[in-house]
Amino acid sequence: MSAVEQLASEPLLRVTDLSRWYGSIVGCRDVSFEMHPGEVLGIVGESGSGKTTLLKCLSGHLEPTSGQVEFDTRRHGMSDIYGLSEPDRRRMQREDWGFVHQNPRDGLRMRVSGGANVAEPLMNLGRRHYGEMRSATIAWLERVELDTSRIDDKPRNFSGGMQQRIQVARNLIHGPKLVFMDEPTGGLDVSVQARLLDLMRELVRDLGLAVIIVTHDMAVARLMADRLLVMRRGQVVETGLTDQVLDDPQHAYTQLLVSSVLQI
Amino acid sequence: MSTAATRPNEAERYYNYAYLDEQTKRMIRRAILKALAIPGYQAPFGSREMPVPYGWGTGGIQLTAAIIGPDDVYKCIDQGADDTTNAVSIRKFFARVADVATTEDTAEATIIQTRHRIPEQPLKAGQVLVFQVPQPEPLRGLEARETETRAMHAYEEYGLQYVSLYENISAFGRIAATAGYPVMVEERYLMSPSPIPKFDNPKMDDNEAILLFGAGREKRIYAIPPHTRVRSLDFEDYPFEVQTWEENCALCGAEDSYLDEVVLDDAGNRMFVCSDSHHCGQRRAEGHVGPMAGHQLANPVAEDGQ
Repeated sequence: MSAVEQLASEPLLRVTDLSRWYGSIVGCRDVSFEMHPGEVLGIVGESGSGKTTLLKCLSGHLEPTSGQVEFDTRRHGMSDIYGLSEPDRRRMQREDWGFVHQNPRDGLRMRVSGGANVAEPLMNLGRRHYGEMRSATIAWLERVELDTSRIDDKPRNFSGGMQQRIQVARNLIHGPKLVFMDEPTGGLDVSVQARLLDLMRELVRDLGLAVIIVTHDMAVARLMADRLLVMRRGQVVETGLTDQVLDDPQHAYTQLLVSSVLQI
Repeated sequence: MSTAATRPNEAERYYNYAYLDEQTKRMIRRAILKALAIPGYQAPFGSREMPVPYGWGTGGIQLTAAIIGPDDVYKCIDQGADDTTNAVSIRKFFARVADVATTEDTAEATIIQTRHRIPEQPLKAGQVLVFQVPQPEPLRGLEARETETRAMHAYEEYGLQYVSLYENISAFGRIAATAGYPVMVEERYLMSPSPIPKFDNPKMDDNEAILLFGAGREKRIYAIPPHTRVRSLDFEDYPFEVQTWEENCALCGAEDSYLDEVVLDDAGNRMFVCSDSHHCGQRRAEGHVGPMAGHQLANPVAEDGQ
């Protein structure tokens, strides 16, 4: 999607003056931005800069102290997600969103098979035909390049990279509009990380997904994100197109961040 | 310590009628009414310590104690049998503390306390079936957090329960779960029927009797009022099925009752007999004969006239 088209379309997500305080400690402060369908937004910054707090507020897991998060929901149109009743919000989260955790143990049910993990979102949406769900699961396992003969293995029997692929399949099978990713390649070694990133980039482009990806890894941001928010001490210090921010950083902190990336 | 003078009827008053004190029975009755008003909903209650350990039927005993009166006729079964240790001791308990008549006859009883079975003989209006429940929460095995399962019940989010059925089919090619098979009550609340065999699940649907479920350790009461729709969960392409046996009951020849397998020796001999001992005895009295009729295992039941 070109930049012009993106501007023409209605925003998918609109965040206005979002702040979250933990008592007197600031989590994130006065964050405002808009996101359009098909856009991949990266949130970068060092540990403790408020990335995770912001992601939790955006994904409906942590109510902000002030400010609004509006999302273009399938059932209710553009609405403040914290203004929805709890059952409506939970249903919207199940239907419209996905969430890929850094640690697959947080995002998968470790006691049920990989196949059942992938099929669960379909059952949550009311699908009750085993055969159809089974074939949808197999199709998605192929799509994330996993061996379909291992569909009934438990997640613990898969490697870290494979667990993360199961998690990706589980969060895409129900056709979400927006997927949150919290350091999706955090615990993986570089070669596995590269293959997973390549896969996710392809899926995101194919499906025209909107993604918010939180990372401290500039290389991941460069590969995945169209646009970046740079955070420091809870505030957004710089925002812009990924290449622009990384190649010509304006803020002193962004300059430091970019110059800190290790070269081989 | 009480300083009051000894009452003349102290011996009889040592225990209150039906063991529990009146305030506790009121509290339990309120929970029962709430549970009946919201079929399938797990109403919390202040479970008391009972003179048996948790897991031996404390929930069921408290329910019975709260509803029993001197005119009731009480039957207690364990795995369908009237003559098992637990059933006998709980029956004696109520005969003593509530001064009620006891019976083994399903039709004659007004209150039937049960563990793991529903009697074969259909229940009638006016009867109450009291279940002993170890784990009232059907979702517990899949979701460990109580706050989360409560929200799932409140918002009718029951997709997760299907994950366990899905796992069953992918592992065994069919829904292999046999006991405690989850049901939907009035298409609203997901409910665990306690560990009864799924053979008994269809009996709960549109039943004329009141079905009460009590979990003492977990402090929950739930209920199915008469003529309530109860549907066992399934998939469109894997419909709900009950167990079937190739054999008939070895003693009474019943083709349609739930059978227990009894190992007879270490040479591989075995017999299948009705798990509902009263049903089997009644059929034999009516002259029905199975292939192993007259087996010594049948005699204690036939001679036992208690």
